[in-house]
Amino acid sequence: MTYLTKLSAAALSELLVGKQVSAVEATRAHLDHITAVDTDLHAFLHVAGDDALDAAAKIDARRAAGEVLNPLAGVPIAIKDVLATQDMPTTAGSKILQGWVPPYDATVVARLRAAGLILLGKTNMDEFAMGSSTEHSAYGVTRNPWDRDRIPGGSGGGSAAAVASFQAPLALGSDTGGSIRQPAAVTGSVGVKPTYGGVSRYGAIALASSLDQVGPVSRTVYDAALLHDVIGGHDPLDSTSLTDSWPSMAAAAQAGLANGALKGVRVGVIKELAGDGFQAGVTQRFTETLALLVAAGAEITEVSAPNFEYAVAAYYLILPAEASSNLARFDSVRFGIRVNPDSGSLTSEHVMSATREAGFGAEVKRRIILGTYALSAGYYDAYYGSAQKVRTLIQRDFAAAFSQVDVLVSPSAPTTAFKFGEKLADPMAMYINDVTTIPANLAGIPGMSIPIGLAPEDGLPVGLQIMAPAKADARLYTVGAAIEQLLEARWGHTMLSRAPALTPTEMFASKEGAV
Amino acid sequence: MSEITAEQVAHLAYLARIDLSPLEITSLTRDLGQIVDSIAKVSEVATADTPATSHPMPLTNVFRDDVVVPSLTVEQALSGAPDRAGDKFRVPAILDEE
Repeated sequence: MTYLTKLSAAALSELLVGKQVSAVEATRAHLDHITAVDTDLHAFLHVAGDDALDAAAKIDARRAAGEVLNPLAGVPIAIKDVLATQDMPTTAGSKILQGWVPPYDATVVARLRAAGLILLGKTNMDEFAMGSSTEHSAYGVTRNPWDRDRIPGGSGGGSAAAVASFQAPLALGSDTGGSIRQPAAVTGSVGVKPTYGGVSRYGAIALASSLDQVGPVSRTVYDAALLHDVIGGHDPLDSTSLTDSWPSMAAAAQAGLANGALKGVRVGVIKELAGDGFQAGVTQRFTETLALLVAAGAEITEVSAPNFEYAVAAYYLILPAEASSNLARFDSVRFGIRVNPDSGSLTSEHVMSATREAGFGAEVKRRIILGTYALSAGYYDAYYGSAQKVRTLIQRDFAAAFSQVDVLVSPSAPTTAFKFGEKLADPMAMYINDVTTIPANLAGIPGMSIPIGLAPEDGLPVGLQIMAPAKADARLYTVGAAIEQLLEARWGHTMLSRAPALTPTEMFASKEGAV
Repeated sequence: MSEITAEQVAHLAYLARIDLSPLEITSLTRDLGQIVDSIAKVSEVATADTPATSHPMPLTNVFRDDVVVPSLTVEQALSGAPDRAGDKFRVPAILDEE
């Protein structure tokens, strides 16, 4: 049943609805594949195993009884470990939450269960989503399926690697400064950051509350749209959730497959997100994609966003400031570990400080200290206050750009996947990775990354970022599906079909008989 | 150049309730100095007449109806606690003896 893992969620859904394949078979195929390849890749922190098979059996029984289910019922999905799941540990990649099983589900998780999707497990991530490489997980790195010596992106490296290595057709991610889009780019998969407030964050462990957004991770644009339709929409449990009614993202993606879908579409190329600092092969694939767009009838315009130059700086003030406040909840009283100090009195204050010393990793400490500094009296106006003003300027840059064009495009990331350890010693080198993705979070607008080819110099995936005005998420799916179709027609295959074959480790092949 | 000192980092760590080893304080002092140098540029464009944005999609007065809805049970609420006493969270002493 290995072929079941190669199918898109949409194709698998057709087989499930047509009763040609059962949810148990589909789930077992994915669990077997996880057993075969994930010892090496380490995309998962927890695999649901029998619980997933039980849930699948229930879906099969309901379908057999003639119940009309959501088309995605029975399709397996992986969940980023930042989302609360009441039957699986939820650690956000941190030691401080080791073994924590939340007493409730995140709204997006509850919606997946209600729609009958099968939760395969929880995926690895940078601790509390702080990072661009998944090297900051307290539970070890996730490897990039294209090259095991390289990072899968971050913070959602586990979700992206799981999807790219066919361990799950779908996954959930969260994107605070690029944590869905950048991993998608470096693993050759698809990732979408919806409009801020478009998808509920109830039960998503908060990093930076004015930036965080939950979104879909997949191998095709249409699959991401199907998932977006399941998780999106107003949630009264999230006070930042928008009350708008949303169009079908799946229908929007379908519209992109029609002839002439790109004709007359005004595409803006952001001048500031190109040139110096962008790897040659990234620029080459990006330029080729623009030529493809022109040939399909799109109008390309260069637009300027002069304040993007300040986006990374503003982000690394706003994010740490909000994170230092959000992470104050880890007080060793209500959840998570408790560590007593080696010496001194056992007061709440000392126990809390010892717990946070032991439970937080280096990057989390760095950002909490930075955020505490940025919010200190005497520095607040110069740093945090100024960063909030930059945010206004960036919103104005987007408003000016979107008065001329329908969508904006840029490379999703300045480089292809880098090697483990390459940027660990220099925090700013790591932070600058997010230069392309951060502006969308600061402005609250939706963004998508789709694969556009391999960089000639290293044979690694390159992503295209597409951005639309706030609440125009549907536009991303139409344009994204159209470009995906054009590229695949030119290549004659999907990009992930070109990823190196993952052979199970010998030990597992002999033990499990899995191939 | 920013002037982040080790004493400052130690004080920030105290405010943030994180014990730090001397080694961590040394490396954080260096890191923080570099990072602050890089991000201080926000003040170049943040003029007095630019309004601040705290939230990308501002909503106001998000209330729900004042009715009782299901919530966590005591058992659920205590299920993740590192220590408990009956139906309560057990916490270390609040006040120091000194």
